[in-house]
Amino acid sequence: MKILTLVRQVPDAEARVKVSGDRVDLDGTTLVIDGMDEYGVEEALRLREGDGNVEEIVALAVGPKKVEDALRTALAMGVDRAIHIETDERFDAVSLSKIVAQVAQSEGTDLILLGGQEADWDSQALGAASAERLGWPQLTWTNELKVEGDTLSGRHDVDDGNEGFKVTLPAVITAQQGLNEPRYPTLPNIMKAKKKELRKDELGSYDVQPAVKYLGAEIQTRARLNRMIDGKDPQAAAEQLLDLLRNEAKVLA
Amino acid sequence: MILVVAEHAGGKLGKSTLEMVTAARESGREGPITLLVLGQGVADVATEAAAVADQVLVGDLPALAQYNPEVWAAAVAQIAREGEASTVLIGGSRSGREYAPRVAVKLDAPYLEDVIRLSAEGDVLQAQRYTFLARVTETVQASGPVIVATVKPGSFAPAAPAAAAGEQYDIELDLPTSRTEITGKSVEKSSRVALSEAEVIVTGGRGVGSPENFAQYVEGLADNIGAGVGATRAVVDAGWRPYAEQVGQTGKTVQPKAYIALGVSGAVQHLSGMGKSKNIIAINKDAEAPIFKVADYGIVGDVNQIVPALIAASKK
Ligand SMILES: Cc1cc2nc3c(=O)[nH]c(=O)nc-3n(C[C@H](O)[C@H](O)[C@H](O)COP(=O)(O)OP(=O)(O)OC[C@H]3O[C@@H](n4cnc5c(N)ncnc54)[C@H](O)[C@@H]3O)c2cc1C
Repeated sequence: MKILTLVRQVPDAEARVKVSGDRVDLDGTTLVIDGMDEYGVEEALRLREGDGNVEEIVALAVGPKKVEDALRTALAMGVDRAIHIETDERFDAVSLSKIVAQVAQSEGTDLILLGGQEADWDSQALGAASAERLGWPQLTWTNELKVEGDTLSGRHDVDDGNEGFKVTLPAVITAQQGLNEPRYPTLPNIMKAKKKELRKDELGSYDVQPAVKYLGAEIQTRARLNRMIDGKDPQAAAEQLLDLLRNEAKVLA
Repeated sequence: MILVVAEHAGGKLGKSTLEMVTAARESGREGPITLLVLGQGVADVATEAAAVADQVLVGDLPALAQYNPEVWAAAVAQIAREGEASTVLIGGSRSGREYAPRVAVKLDAPYLEDVIRLSAEGDVLQAQRYTFLARVTETVQASGPVIVATVKPGSFAPAAPAAAAGEQYDIELDLPTSRTEITGKSVEKSSRVALSEAEVIVTGGRGVGSPENFAQYVEGLADNIGAGVGATRAVVDAGWRPYAEQVGQTGKTVQPKAYIALGVSGAVQHLSGMGKSKNIIAINKDAEAPIFKVADYGIVGDVNQIVPALIAASKK
């Protein structure tokens, strides 16, 4: 089996977001591999370490020059090689899936692993759109995965709970918290990763244009009252809070 | 036509469907509002849908008894094509956001995901949506003969019935067979008011201490004030509460009038699911907990002391 893992680079979850002009300004922000994609990379490695019969794991990233760092992280975790399609342009997920599908086809990929939701654009669409372009099934929000021959089984979250599934490869799986605990790259592996192939592909050879225009971004703030009640006397604090909720905020009868 | 794919469960039309009808009415896009009802045994849902739509297309088939992304995408794309839809609106539920991109690819249409506002000018559709775990609102735009969008639940007012009920039509569908076999499903139902409908939510975090305390404090307070019950991921992962109660990035998004967080730290992934609540109330023993930054009312204190007092006082 050949696995393609998709890797994005996003601000560290705790980093403050700021907006300049019409877009989020990432200057000076610590960027990391998207946590949910990291679950995907980790799962690919675990499938290989189990009896997944995994021939090769390739990581793909589309994005600006610095996305190389996220690919290096994936290589240091244990991915075999990486492909970077460098662009400063922002692609909506449905357009981007054209590139993913082309790479999956030319690489002879059987399984694509990626995160369930992007921590920057909050999109959940890339896995499904890539699956559709390839004519493959997809399982989203997966938190348990096993492989036997060319059959994947596992569990994933759905609208009203979760369900067990079984699917024959090829397929797209989106990962989330709970699937695994991603490993930290060790120093020797970070050194080794420097020698691994990181191929640069030209965006132009994929014939893809974004279909969505991004016009503006604003920080969402709702002024909060931040009214603090002294908790030293629990009785008095409880009564004061209830009074405020009933008579000031008018949210309780 | 504007094609709205109805969301329904347990034989009832979902509130999100009525919200999408409002989005369709306000969007300024061309054409009659058409509700598409997919499922098995959905006659009652179709009748409910007819009250708010210009017409209702009903696909009532055994093959649609279970939601499946490949099957749903094929059905919706087929009807959008045959009806020359200008816009396809799909619910921003987990399942909606899962099959909508497939519909967009099938129709070769731009896709606007999880939108909170929509407005059209000519064939351009402009939308707003949240990014960066709901900390940023961005404005996006797409154009084309057909555009697919998912609508974030709770962003539009539910539509009132139209002057006259729309006609209902049975449709024929050419459906693929899914390649995914479902080997078992566990439905997690919370016995209380559904989180999406609750006006007040009491949520417990790891700070409440134990499953027993959760029942006593969180459920106890919720029952007294008629609230829904929510939980953080930490609590769900620990097995104290069912996943159905999880609020946040990988759980539910809620926007109640009041959100009361007990022993919740306020991690960004949790805030992304409840940060748009009208009033946020936090009780936490750590004055530096991030939840206080977004709180309207806060008490720095121990839930073991404050919550029993609250329960007693709210009984009066
Ligand atoms: C990809 C990803 C997705 C995630 N999705 C979600 C999600 O959907 N929903 C979600 O909630 N989280 C999510 N998380 C997890 C999130 O990052 C936090 O770990 C989680 O929200 C913390 O839950 P908590 O506040 O209950 O626990 P903790 O962080 O342990 O906080 C407990 C709080 O209780 C307070 N406390 C302790 N004892 C008392 C006491 N006696 N009285 C009063 N206060 C007390 C403490 O001061 C602390 O602030 C996600 C994380 C990742 C990486």
